[in-house]
Amino acid sequence: MVSTTPLAPGNEPAALTTTRRKSARPFAGGQRRPTSARSRESRTAAWMVGPAGILLFLFLVVPVVLAFILAFTNARLISPRPAEFIGFDNFTNLFTDSVFWASLRNNVVFALVIVPVQAGFGLVLALLVNAKVRGTNFFRTVYFVPVVTSIVVISLLWKFLYQLDGLLNQMLVRVTFGHFTPIDWLNNPSTALPAIMVMSVWQGVGFHMIIWLAGLQTIPADLYEAGDLDGASGWQRFRYITWPGLRATRTFILITITISALSLFSQISVMTQGGPLDSTTTLVFMAVRSGYKQLATGYASAISLIFFVLVLTVAAIQRFLTREKV
Amino acid sequence: MAALTDAPTGVQPAPAPQNRRRAPVSRPRSVLITVARVVLVLVFVLPLLFMFVSSLKPDLQIFADMTNWRAFLPVGDVSLDNYAGVFDRVPFLRFLLNSIGISGLTVVLGIFVNSLAAFGLSRLQWRGQQAVLTAIIATLIVPFETLALPLLWWVNKLPSIQLDGFHLVFTTGWIDTYQVQIIPFIANAFSIFLFYQYFSSIPRELDEAARMDGAGWFRIYRSVVMPLSGPAIATVAILTFLPIWNAYMWPLMVVQREELRPVMVGIQYFFQLNVAWGQVMAYASMITIPVLVLFLGFQRSFINSIASSGVKG
Amino acid sequence: MAYRTIRRLSAASLAIGALALTSACSGSGSGSSSDASSGGGSSSDSTIELWTHNGGNEAELGVVNRIVKDFNGSQDKYTVKVQSFPQDSYNDAVVAAASAKKLPCVVDIDAPNVPNWAWAGYLAPLDLPESTWDGQLPTTIGKIGDEVYSYGFYDVALAMFARPSVLQAAGIRVATPDEPWTKAEFADALAKLKATGTWPYPLDLGTGGGGEWIPYAYSPFLQSAGGDLIDRKDYQSAEGVLNGPEALDWANWFQGLVKDGYMAAKSGADATADFVNGKSAILYSGSWANDTVRKAFGDDIAVIPPPDLGEGPKIGGGSWQWGMTDQCKNTDAAKAYLEFAHQTKYFVDFANTLGLIPATEEAAAQVPAYAPGGENEIYLTLAKDFALVRPVTPAYPIISSVFQKATQDILSGGDPQPILDKAAKDIDADIKQNGGYTY
Repeated sequence: MVSTTPLAPGNEPAALTTTRRKSARPFAGGQRRPTSARSRESRTAAWMVGPAGILLFLFLVVPVVLAFILAFTNARLISPRPAEFIGFDNFTNLFTDSVFWASLRNNVVFALVIVPVQAGFGLVLALLVNAKVRGTNFFRTVYFVPVVTSIVVISLLWKFLYQLDGLLNQMLVRVTFGHFTPIDWLNNPSTALPAIMVMSVWQGVGFHMIIWLAGLQTIPADLYEAGDLDGASGWQRFRYITWPGLRATRTFILITITISALSLFSQISVMTQGGPLDSTTTLVFMAVRSGYKQLATGYASAISLIFFVLVLTVAAIQRFLTREKV
Repeated sequence: MAALTDAPTGVQPAPAPQNRRRAPVSRPRSVLITVARVVLVLVFVLPLLFMFVSSLKPDLQIFADMTNWRAFLPVGDVSLDNYAGVFDRVPFLRFLLNSIGISGLTVVLGIFVNSLAAFGLSRLQWRGQQAVLTAIIATLIVPFETLALPLLWWVNKLPSIQLDGFHLVFTTGWIDTYQVQIIPFIANAFSIFLFYQYFSSIPRELDEAARMDGAGWFRIYRSVVMPLSGPAIATVAILTFLPIWNAYMWPLMVVQREELRPVMVGIQYFFQLNVAWGQVMAYASMITIPVLVLFLGFQRSFINSIASSGVKG
Repeated sequence: MAYRTIRRLSAASLAIGALALTSACSGSGSGSSSDASSGGGSSSDSTIELWTHNGGNEAELGVVNRIVKDFNGSQDKYTVKVQSFPQDSYNDAVVAAASAKKLPCVVDIDAPNVPNWAWAGYLAPLDLPESTWDGQLPTTIGKIGDEVYSYGFYDVALAMFARPSVLQAAGIRVATPDEPWTKAEFADALAKLKATGTWPYPLDLGTGGGGEWIPYAYSPFLQSAGGDLIDRKDYQSAEGVLNGPEALDWANWFQGLVKDGYMAAKSGADATADFVNGKSAILYSGSWANDTVRKAFGDDIAVIPPPDLGEGPKIGGGSWQWGMTDQCKNTDAAKAYLEFAHQTKYFVDFANTLGLIPATEEAAAQVPAYAPGGENEIYLTLAKDFALVRPVTPAYPIISSVFQKATQDILSGGDPQPILDKAAKDIDADIKQNGGYTY
């Protein structure tokens, strides 16, 4: 329990030793692959990448293409009438639908808050867990527990906690000696989305803590030793050694959190159904509601299509930003 | 999305442990850190504690206790009645076996298919390699929920082989089968990415050496690269297992026969006109505990593997 | 070399084995369902499948199983096989199966969905003798035009529950079906209860509920106020009825209950439990809550009709019903089963087991609680006098979904007029896009 010994697993050094021994054999590197070997290599590669490629094509690319086509039809999940192409009607309807704009706004707000907060809090946890204090293993485990729990179960539990006479309010009243007026968190347009944000961070932060920890482990110890010799303060050590050392990790975390934040759905579906007053509706939730509850497959596909475009745009922007710093 | 693929190419094998990195933290600071960690433990544990404790109480008491600290204490009329009720209401063991089978198969096949693809992408050299990698990683951005409806329509058009008595019959449509819960989730861009990252950190000299010994590429994959990839395999196993175990929406849409349903869907059985909340809590505990036990049992290697599997980017 | 080949072969066979296992599992799992729908061998021709929403509800599923067992034992031409689903996902499962052309022969259906499924071509008329329906509550028959598509064994009635001791202490009259509370009386009662300071919210209308509960429970208030979900003349437009002055009155009244602090915009997860725990004074729920509240308070419980908001008290009508699908290959078997099941003893069985209102007079006479003078007769009275079915139109799913959102927005304090206008517009647009949902 005491060990802060980091995360490189025990078997790895041994394995690497073997590999080094093997690789020390002399051989004549690059000249060993004539063109025929090359084409054989291509065939082998096709054979290896093939299964995954075919599966991804069948169960990802095909549905995406279908969604693209359906977005321009009035297809319905059940209907005696055959679907017809209706051009951009779904999109023009969508752009005049106030729920769509609310969804878009909530998606953006949620991502703008969640990405820095979850990433930052994950880093704080990682630093806390990484410090040399007893019980590191235990804490690390506990913070990770929500990650392995089903989001449906978690949303049900937090719904209880957020009730007007629920535990969160009771606790806040106690802590403030009665100065706090209980809030109906999930049913107040100004607190519903923040409440879901808090829960989402709670659920997801453990995962990103682990990734930050992994990043921390890659920073060479000599740098810290040198910093100590120079008499660097804790903050300086963080600012000039830790932070720059985490550049690659930052990119990875930024992208994974952004994608999962934009896909917000389960929490909404269990906790608020998009309400109150559209303050928590999101594009994915809206697509599922139209597609499944209102049976409007074509309309739902149009929403999905816009969602893809949104995520692609964000990914492109992030790529541009992270590129610049290289 | 190329940002994801560009960064890691130069990643070195995971460095040796660096536990001697710092001087021990000063005493007051250590106290402060401990306090912070304990508070955080409460924050992370209390909601789940509420679930376990409530599962032992009758419905009316759950709601009466919900407004105070008794919600976290097994006090009052505590019994296992709710658990008994769960077994009366749902075929729990059947659901459990289904979930174990479905997630187990998806994990095993997922590891094989995705690692093989990653191997082909990272170790072999061929035309269009980079384009294929980028295309695969680009699929990461598509959330499943938006695909569910077209996918439902599509899997219903796919041919299928079924056993009818002792005959194999060809039918159309995957609705209401195990395979519809497994096969669409085998190939996974994130898993391929993780393997790709990890493989990139294993020295290529090993391949060359093995080829000198006359090994083919599959042999290198099988005997050289995979044995060194324990952490990546564990990570992919876990990250594949969790979403399949917790899958909710998809099985609801595609599985009609009770015998084929996984555990998460079972929670719906408790939402009747009068919701038996005690049983909901008991059921939620019963489907969470196996994962928690699994996680606690393997937590060290679990977390270590995620940390060292190349997620570090 | 040989070693390598063996290695390769074993790895490949492992992969193939795993795949084979997958399809084998699926095979053994779904063999019988394909029998039922596609009719494989000669022995399976006579087997039909029946789907019910009772998964997890042992009591009701028990009755269904008893009927099926009796039917299977009563003759040896046909066999019925029961497949149960949890209620919350039942509709989705049927819709998914319908679009996949995998419907079973016999299904149960929530009453308001009958027209939509009939329109979509998923239900077939039952064609049972007209006399079958004598003495049956009209809300328990799914009739479209002149054709009966479905029938139910029971209905449920919405009602308010309160303790007479509490009402009398606050100086409030205990309302009866003959003399329900008027709008003003109801407001007065709430004000008095609120003034006692005993309850943070004296009224619990179950606003924590979602889904179909919302149109089922709250559209009767709208109808009592003179509005409706759609113009029932031709079911083509909601304009003017869902957003007219009467509807606006309803919305303001409904929102006022929250604004005046009489009820929570979102009540607890279990309104009945909250009532029993003393968190509310008046509970709006249904006959299914009867047992729980009577167990808690004994004789100190009054079952009260909802208030009269102008057009008399209204409650929702129509519960689960049984029908035959159009994809059924063996309609004789399905009809035989549905005819067999329509026996008074099964109506009685449902009523006794579930405590719900038996759908025929003959059955009611045999259930002591619902017989004249019985303690549950009040629910039968409420169902007979006040029940109104939800609009009989294929557009109902969209109406329901739109109304759910509108009601929740109104409860959350949104401006009623624009909310109702948007709701009416959304419904009309959908009807138009579907060519008026004509049959």
